[in-house]
Amino acid sequence: MTLRTARPAPGRRTRWKTALGVFLTALMLFPVYWMFNVSLTRTEDMRADPPHWFPWNPTFEGYGDVLRDQLPALGTSLGIGLGCVALTLLISAPAGFALAKLLRRGRGAVSFVLLVAQMIPSVVMAIGFYAVYVRLGWINSVWGLIVADSTIAVPFAVMVLAAFMSGIPSELMQAARIDGAGTWRTFVWVVLPLGRNAVLTVSLFSFLWAWSDFIFASTLDRNGDAVPITLGIYAYIGNNTTEWNSIMATAVVASVPAAVLLVVAQRFVAGGVTAGAVKD
Amino acid sequence: MRVTTEPVAPAVRAPGGEPPPVAPPPRQRLHRRIRSTQWAGLAFLAPLLAYLLIFYAFPLYRNLELSVHDYTVRAFVLGNAEFTGFANYRDVLTSDTFGLALRNTLLFTFVSIAAQYAIGLALAVFFRANFRLSGVLRAMFLVPWLLPLIVSGSTWAWMLAGDNGIVNAALEAFGIGQINWLTDPDWALTSVITANIWLGIPFNLVILHAGLQNIPDELYEAAALDGANAWQQFWRVTFPLLRPVSAITLLLGLVYTLKVVDVIWIMTTGGPGNVSTTLAVWSYREAFGTGQPDFSPAATVGNLLILMALAFGFVYLQLQRRQHADQEGEQP
Repeated sequence: MTLRTARPAPGRRTRWKTALGVFLTALMLFPVYWMFNVSLTRTEDMRADPPHWFPWNPTFEGYGDVLRDQLPALGTSLGIGLGCVALTLLISAPAGFALAKLLRRGRGAVSFVLLVAQMIPSVVMAIGFYAVYVRLGWINSVWGLIVADSTIAVPFAVMVLAAFMSGIPSELMQAARIDGAGTWRTFVWVVLPLGRNAVLTVSLFSFLWAWSDFIFASTLDRNGDAVPITLGIYAYIGNNTTEWNSIMATAVVASVPAAVLLVVAQRFVAGGVTAGAVKD
Repeated sequence: MRVTTEPVAPAVRAPGGEPPPVAPPPRQRLHRRIRSTQWAGLAFLAPLLAYLLIFYAFPLYRNLELSVHDYTVRAFVLGNAEFTGFANYRDVLTSDTFGLALRNTLLFTFVSIAAQYAIGLALAVFFRANFRLSGVLRAMFLVPWLLPLIVSGSTWAWMLAGDNGIVNAALEAFGIGQINWLTDPDWALTSVITANIWLGIPFNLVILHAGLQNIPDELYEAAALDGANAWQQFWRVTFPLLRPVSAITLLLGLVYTLKVVDVIWIMTTGGPGNVSTTLAVWSYREAFGTGQPDFSPAATVGNLLILMALAFGFVYLQLQRRQHADQEGEQP
């Protein structure tokens, strides 16, 4: 029983830690609360001094405006996010497999290039893409934006997938080979199912990054027929500076994927952040 | 990598029970096998290589080309700009904005990552102990990192608004008069740095927390037996053992923070004047921020930014290599 007493029983002695933890979290998340609060504030209360700390008289005008104005933008963002996930997986899953299991030479070089690729500022990429797209006539197109957004995720995805796949025992692949499976079938039927956690992590992040992207959207798609939600918010800010409840309501709605992600796939999120930084 | 000296055993074992005499000598078979997986590997890698060439290398090349030509909007579409060599670089480096933007970039980057790291580390140590709700609370800390930047940027902008922002209202309670956070030249840079620190804390917390998990409990127990208090344990055990993870966190933070545009652009657009303009914001503004796109200087500034990022990236690689060498050296 000495083992039991060695550690303080959770509960009494750690209660102050829980209290402090709750306080710190509340402090950290105050801006998020404020966004929510403002989204429910009536326009006439917006300029109140001091501001209302709680939405005592909540209004849903802001959310009404979202439904009226921003539904197409939300749809566009969803499409761009999904397209970006598909493109990212299509490119990075085979490449991750090649780096983890197939290539004997050139691994280091490819990893190096991917690392450098992640360091290139997105402004630079945006200017480059703009210059290329002008000639191709891809400016203001959703496809062009999907391609551009995927460049945020692809290097990260290849590295995460390669790191994960190199943990798959080679014996499993050899077993598949003995059963007569070629490299492609081994990849599809053995490696991908085993690597589904990594695939999920990569998909979540590429979706979230595409959904959140502002720089590429504001440069490559700013006059498009179909603009993503980030531009929807930006246009709101430019147009009606008085109706911050609408802006913040849109912001709340635009945050939904992040919230869903955190609830549904928290361990993948934390895993993904760490995998990107401390590989191996 | 020397292929032939790798352990031969599993690969040579004849699949399907072929009679050994018919099989070619092991070494030769291995060679062929390795060559065929190398080809398969290249085939699987091909989409990525093509992708990198078309969507990374080519835009970068275009960027480089823009910076050594004098591109007007007309020439941009027609593609007949005049070659000007390094004139753009000379103009950028000697312009008044450059010194200010460089100073802002360094201030923004170093103050941001120093504060993010310090706060992130303190929180990671705090959350190392298990207490009720610790997992949930730590997960909630991720929220700022997951929100779209336009969402957090505009929320901060509204909180810091001069007339009726919540921050000024709270300060007023302490008798501090109105501060125009975003439009006062003395405060604009501080404001965007504050918002950026808030954005970066979760990233630091998650990585450092993961790093802390790898420090064995026994070390703390031993330190406690030796009479070390919490403060001493932190400086003698936690901090030294966390150094590799810290280095990576800081360098990644450096590289990410150097290229930040969104937060600053959304909150202040680099203003008032240029007081919160960093190199990345400057580049963005030249190209896309005004009605008159000026791509050549924008690309020039961007290329200078790449040089800075690469310099830090090189440090990162050296560090990683040294760590690898250390790890391998430790093994018997």
